[in-house]
Amino acid sequence: MASLAAPTTAPVETWSPTGDVEVEPDLPWIVIVWNDPINLMSYVTFVLQKLFGYSLEKATALMLDVHHKGRAVVSSGPREKAELDVFRLHEHGLWATMTQDT
Amino acid sequence: MALFRRRALFERRPDGRFALHLGADERQLLAGLADQLAALLDGEPDDPALRRLFPAAYHDDAEREAEWQVLMGEDLRNSRRTALETLRATATRTEVTEDEVTAWMQAVNSLRLVLGTRLDVTEEDTGDRPADDPDAPAFALYGFLSYLLDRTVDSLSR
Repeated sequence: MASLAAPTTAPVETWSPTGDVEVEPDLPWIVIVWNDPINLMSYVTFVLQKLFGYSLEKATALMLDVHHKGRAVVSSGPREKAELDVFRLHEHGLWATMTQDT
Repeated sequence: MALFRRRALFERRPDGRFALHLGADERQLLAGLADQLAALLDGEPDDPALRRLFPAAYHDDAEREAEWQVLMGEDLRNSRRTALETLRATATRTEVTEDEVTAWMQAVNSLRLVLGTRLDVTEEDTGDRPADDPDAPAFALYGFLSYLLDRTVDSLSR
């Protein structure tokens, strides 16, 4: 997933595969919100504030990344945390997926 | 995403509750829509209208994605059902709690997702349709739901 836009919130670890290496189990998972034509900009900003406790400024910046770049990394962490974040985003109708950071 | 701005419908009171400024016909409409979507949720699980409500979590891992849908699909369904039930049960009230406004927000967004998917809306679409367009009423409804959602967000942000 190195081609994804650089995460604005997640700590980024550089890791270069050196052959047939299994995915490192300790690598953080990143949660991505994708742009969609239905969700309102005001709503997406509010949901990011509500779910992650982000400031209006940070939530707005992430929303604009989603809007203009098509996606943004909104959180990261262990797989269980990422799954909970994805579930809560789905509860609010945002189009969110997760993948292991590489 | 689309931009949306207009006046207030949910008025936060000093006691923390919210006064609801909606007409009787709008309330009836919302209760009816909540019932319809709840019925869809209880129906055919593969209904394409519902696909947008149950998106993939693992976009690059089919095996984990299948597991996810089995493990989390019902929880997500229940969460949506609960919000729709709150909308239906409180649609005729003159005031609601903050938690109920939050449920309205989630329920109205679910309605928008299903309707917007069916209408195949785009970001640039203003929703204006000539009166003789067969989709004109649905687009008008979509516009109303967008307005309502924006107002819930605005009132909860204050």
